[in-house]
Amino acid sequence: MSAVLSRVISGLGEAVLSHHDRLGDDTIVIEASHRLSASQWLMEDSELQFDMLMDSTAVDWIDEEPRFEIVDHFFSTRFQHRLRVKCRVDEDEARVPSLCSLYGSANWMERETYDMYGIEFDGHPDLRRILLYPEFKGFPLRKDYDKLEAHPLFEERYPGTRETDEVVHPGPRDLDAPK
Amino acid sequence: MSAGMPTEGSPTLPYTQGGEFVTVGEGLCIRRIYPEGEDSDLSARTMINIGPSHPAMHGTIRMVVELDGETIVGVDVIPGYLHRGFEKECEHHTYHQAIPYTDRLNYCSPLINNFGWVETVEKLFEVEATRRTQLIRTYMSEVSRITDHLTCLGAALMELGALTPFLYMIEVRDWLWEHIANVSGARLTQTYARVGGLARDVTDEWLDRCEHLYVEELIPKLRDVHGLVDHNRIFIDRMRGVGVISREDAVSYGVTGPVLRSTGVGLDVRKYAPYSAYGDVSFEVPIGKYGDNYDRYFVRMREMEESIRICRQLDPMIRATNGEPIVVDDARMTLPDKKEVYSNIEALMNHFKLIMEGPRPPKGEAYHAVEGANGELGFYLVSDGTGLPYKARCRPPSFVNMGAIHLMLLGSQVADIVPVFGQINMIGGECDR
Repeated sequence: MSAVLSRVISGLGEAVLSHHDRLGDDTIVIEASHRLSASQWLMEDSELQFDMLMDSTAVDWIDEEPRFEIVDHFFSTRFQHRLRVKCRVDEDEARVPSLCSLYGSANWMERETYDMYGIEFDGHPDLRRILLYPEFKGFPLRKDYDKLEAHPLFEERYPGTRETDEVVHPGPRDLDAPK
Repeated sequence: MSAGMPTEGSPTLPYTQGGEFVTVGEGLCIRRIYPEGEDSDLSARTMINIGPSHPAMHGTIRMVVELDGETIVGVDVIPGYLHRGFEKECEHHTYHQAIPYTDRLNYCSPLINNFGWVETVEKLFEVEATRRTQLIRTYMSEVSRITDHLTCLGAALMELGALTPFLYMIEVRDWLWEHIANVSGARLTQTYARVGGLARDVTDEWLDRCEHLYVEELIPKLRDVHGLVDHNRIFIDRMRGVGVISREDAVSYGVTGPVLRSTGVGLDVRKYAPYSAYGDVSFEVPIGKYGDNYDRYFVRMREMEESIRICRQLDPMIRATNGEPIVVDDARMTLPDKKEVYSNIEALMNHFKLIMEGPRPPKGEAYHAVEGANGELGFYLVSDGTGLPYKARCRPPSFVNMGAIHLMLLGSQVADIVPVFGQINMIGGECDR
């Protein structure tokens, strides 16, 4: 076991549900409710100093309970070591604490996770879709979302903002008409 | 640069948020600042929309900016116009079939994406590529890095009105792309890597010609570009002190690559976690000082020189391994010889299984990062033991870097959007995936 992983396990104690370092990637699994507090400790601990949230995403384990797994990759710019932190949330209560109060990069990455999986982040200041458009229905990276699902054209986003709302397709302009 | 009025009762953040979030329309939420010493007369502000169909936005991103005169006081960056479901597609294709999709991530340096993907799959397999493969991958990554930086700087300079450096750089880039096409068969979407090796071997003549291109084309053109713009008054005015981001904010926003190094943080995946053959070559990691556009320009120019240096060290090493295999001898991922396929049933079945079902790595998860031209390009793969990745995540440097662009824009002039955006070097294919 690497020094980083043993330090994390001794520091977080009971919060670490399981851990492994397969393929050289140090990984811990925690409770979803501890996501923010554990990250804060990882950031502030003098021997770890995980000051960069390198990546944040989710995995949909559709046949398992709880269904969604949030996967965060932390990186320390001082010691150049990495840690993967995973936590699980259920489909019915797909909410986890946001890391936006600690890392600036959490903003866009959590928006993307919300966009693709429908997992909501408590405390996120600006949680809306990022890669897809607001009218999109469903969450495309969930395993029960069919890849070939088609989306109809959606209605105009700001109705009533045109000068003439009743004329939708004015047709070719009549050049001879009086001005 | 990024003065922000803290909202009442909000906790103190360890980084600069850059304005408060204000919803200004359906699906539109800008980060708005209130510059000090001015009355915040909101009616005097103008909201304008830039992009996605705007030449300076490279056709793929939209920005809604709020202006007070010429000053940007609110901004919302809206990516996603080039989203085509990279991760969903990868989950429905085998590990081999996904390689062409990675070409289309950062299409200015497709080989780095290729190698990042296959090295992650090799990590799942716990297989190490052969020595010659590693050397060629490193060499090719550096050629790709040069083409990417040439594209970035050429386009960024053109948008400032300097058309000559653009023509110089794009000409050299095309020489290099054509040269890569000589070995990979394709100019832009090269698909040169394979799980466990490479598609084709390179020859000594190919290396000779590459060195010839460096000496005859690239190095003189880089010198010319330095001479044209380094001390140009207009260039310095548009770049120096524009788009500044502090070191702490860059780290907190996950910014990597030349943008992070321009702030003085000398982090480079090639240095601190050497992959392929980067441990065997010596090179420097150029860093900036002020974290502005001018430093980013210089970091990229210097990185190209270091890339040439790496290539020159690798050249004799590749020649020394002539004739060695470029694929690993492992039936789980490498296609058998055609002669074997036509003459014995095991090889035929192996071929069939690899094509129809794909290579099947053992169950597990792996994160592997390579130094892309714009920063850390990471792949997080989860295998469930079948030939299709259960989860294929790409950690895109452009996307994460774009998440911090509001810090560089708020408080500066509307004309600064173009050079800042150019130096971030957002590549739509990678940002939106």
